[in-house]
Amino acid sequence: MSGQLPSVELSPAAARAVEAALAAGAGAAEAYAARDTGREVRVHGGAVESLTAATQAGIGIRAWDGGRVGYAYGTDLSDAGVAALAARAAEMAAVADSDEFAAPPAPAEIEALAGLDNPSVAAWNAGQVAELALTVERAALGADPRVAGVETAVYADSTEQVAIASSTGIAASYESSNCFAYLQALAEGEGGRETGLGFGLARGPDDLDPEAIGAEGAERAVAMIGAAKPASRSCPVVLDPTVAASFAGLIGGALGARAVQRGRSPFAGRLGDEVASTSFALHDDGRDPAGAASAPFDGEGVPRRRTALIEGGALRSYLYDTYTANREGTSSTGSAARAGYRSLPSVSASNLIVAGGDLSTAELLAEAGDGLFVTDVAGLHSGVNPVTGVFSVGASGRTIRDGALAEPVREFTIAGELVAMLRAVVAAGSETRWVPFGGSVQTPPLLVSELAISGT
Amino acid sequence: MSEPLLDQEVAARVLSRALANGGRFAEVFAERRGGMSLAIDESRIESVQAGAEEGAGVRVVDGATTYFAHVDGLEPAELERAADEAASALRADRGEPRPLSARPVTPVPIEVAPEGVPAARKAELLRELDQRGRALGDEIAQLSASYAEARRVVTIANSDGLFTGDDRTRTRIGVQTVARRGDKVETGAETLGAHRGFELLEDDPGLIAEQAAQKALTLLDSRPAPSGSMPVVVGGGFGGVLFHEMTGHGLEIDHIHKGASVYIGKLGEMVAQPLLNAYDDGRLPNEWGSDAIDDEGQPTQQTKVIEDGRLISYLYDHLGAEKDGVASTGNGRRESFRDLPIPRMTNTYIAPGESTPEAMIEEVKNGFYAVSFGGGQVDPATGDFVFGVSEGYLIEDGKVTAPCTGATLIGNCLDALAAIDAVGNDFFMKTGMCGKGGQKVPVGTGQGHVRVGRMTVGGTQL
Repeated sequence: MSGQLPSVELSPAAARAVEAALAAGAGAAEAYAARDTGREVRVHGGAVESLTAATQAGIGIRAWDGGRVGYAYGTDLSDAGVAALAARAAEMAAVADSDEFAAPPAPAEIEALAGLDNPSVAAWNAGQVAELALTVERAALGADPRVAGVETAVYADSTEQVAIASSTGIAASYESSNCFAYLQALAEGEGGRETGLGFGLARGPDDLDPEAIGAEGAERAVAMIGAAKPASRSCPVVLDPTVAASFAGLIGGALGARAVQRGRSPFAGRLGDEVASTSFALHDDGRDPAGAASAPFDGEGVPRRRTALIEGGALRSYLYDTYTANREGTSSTGSAARAGYRSLPSVSASNLIVAGGDLSTAELLAEAGDGLFVTDVAGLHSGVNPVTGVFSVGASGRTIRDGALAEPVREFTIAGELVAMLRAVVAAGSETRWVPFGGSVQTPPLLVSELAISGT
Repeated sequence: MSEPLLDQEVAARVLSRALANGGRFAEVFAERRGGMSLAIDESRIESVQAGAEEGAGVRVVDGATTYFAHVDGLEPAELERAADEAASALRADRGEPRPLSARPVTPVPIEVAPEGVPAARKAELLRELDQRGRALGDEIAQLSASYAEARRVVTIANSDGLFTGDDRTRTRIGVQTVARRGDKVETGAETLGAHRGFELLEDDPGLIAEQAAQKALTLLDSRPAPSGSMPVVVGGGFGGVLFHEMTGHGLEIDHIHKGASVYIGKLGEMVAQPLLNAYDDGRLPNEWGSDAIDDEGQPTQQTKVIEDGRLISYLYDHLGAEKDGVASTGNGRRESFRDLPIPRMTNTYIAPGESTPEAMIEEVKNGFYAVSFGGGQVDPATGDFVFGVSEGYLIEDGKVTAPCTGATLIGNCLDALAAIDAVGNDFFMKTGMCGKGGQKVPVGTGQGHVRVGRMTVGGTQL
């Protein structure tokens, strides 16, 4: 449907916004314009429950008045609309206190990045993507007689165009597409109801495997039938990739220089220190074409790149945007993220990649011996203290007995401290996977030698 | 109240086009949303920002399927384009919307519009919070605070003939602190918010800075939380997130209709001890989760969900109510014009009981006292829920003793609800943001102290 849109070109709109902010009295200015065209299909019980078609476009303007920064965003991309927003951004800057490190980045050469789009997003019509979602649901229902239903099966895609311009001479743009499908399967047995998540991520629908997504949801739900609380104890734990990704996301967040510089990270002051076992390695890569967060440049026009974070057990680097880099006299790692045009850029990981190891998942379980295989965690936003690294989160999964998966377990917590947990990673599996939890993360399963379990 | 965002004739035309290819229900939801926010960190005002957006969402319902399209801007041509887009997948005969008739609404009253208050005054307020919190001593190593105001003007028209609207202003401040003593680091947080204007901040907003700082300082003396099953006394106010998670979500009618709630088939059954009464109430005056109407134009209401321990109502939006042949309870909410309305809580609370907090604690031999929380999460289908304790204490021999960190409470809805054996008389409400289906909406939670006879505390100390 993008062809029917009254199209305001994003790059010229961004350039006009910068001019307007300077005219409104800003000493320096930057504009970030984005247009998102997307759709979502939700299916239930063999029928389409909702079909959403959406377009949105807007612009966010950052204005500097010396070291004071102000921001304004809006959806009105007309000349008058942009001028009003630019004036508002300058007005906001006057309210801020001056910060000597606040300044727009200088332009740097941006290398193009291929592979961010997939023509099937535009080529598949609503009927085809609805059929994909219905196939996900059918695959789950057909996988096992104990699958009693599917709470929701969803397909969604979006195509995003981004343009950035600044008074320092930055002028760049890109387009990328993403899609995903997921379902929450319901299984019944032994007097209880269980849920199981299946999901897939790709650049376009032709790279999704709806049968596999449905089967995964069914398998996860059925595996939980009859789950009981485990005994409270301290034991080896294998984190499956969906769970490992959530923890990797927390670690990536704690490695953002803003939190570190303000004394709000368990990694503050530990550069070069041993913060993990040698089995755990982590890097950020904003240019991996397989990563959903990849782009040629970050939220303030700085080239994306690869940054080693934890290697050989040692903390190698934090993640920086321009402001935090200025504060330490270092360079931005291209880690200024935006949640669209509505948000000021702030330091955040792009794609986090946990290095794979040598062991298959079966070998990892054998290595664990007796313990728990955690396949789901809940309550991360409230159960993890990002400042201290202390965590206690809800969990469910399977017992590991004599090195193999045994009965399911639920309604327990795993608790500890993030750095202590990284030091206790004794092996990483070889089967890595992209997961949309904790941001965009690629990770294998991880074996942690000991975590506190609270159950019965 | 403000002028409608759409002329009645434009709305009628959009609805007519939405039903051009059939469908039994069509709706246009137009919205102008804007606000500003700023923060203080390291005693410096930063992140000063303002936003202004407008747009509309059009939905058409046919059978069990909803077709939805949304656009930025409120130009009539854009709205008609959204209507055509929503209608494009249908292939039936044209439907006729009923003639629109305007239904007046009295919005939640706002005394001092925050837009009219100079930004410098808001910055000054944050400086006051910073000073008040830091005044608690040098162990307060970090303090950050934020101020946010948001206004949503909405106009809603549907093919049943409804033409209505609302004007909503919310204001909220929050403080986060970090305390440090040697290597020991702890955090504290507190918020104050309401469906009100700047008058919310007339009393003593600095108090929350002191409270947030005091929490972090208290926790400097904490030990790791215990683990295992024990009696738990949950504090008032935001402790109501317990009920929000373990019961509220499971009563939202979409979960019931999809076979994904442990409360299916429980209507009319005893689900709690007779001492328990609970409500969802979108009309509590100026409360954070209150609105005059929901996002489908239905007046909000007080809905009693549990009466003397018996489950008596689910929470309904328009489509869920239509399916069950009942009236909507005014719980159809959406984050913005870019989202479909879904059944959501407004302000959910356990009504005051007869116990005093002191007596509830005294009766516990050994247990856990959870005073405040970071939030929670539930899977309504299995009933498994968690919530993270940000400030907790041991109860030993009926007395509150050592502060603890790193605890999460975990349980199953029906078991935990039935295990509530005392409800306190010290009722109050707190604010929260609730996420569901990718949409965040403001919700209130409340209760007096509540005691759960047995619950798993997930700490590290066996």
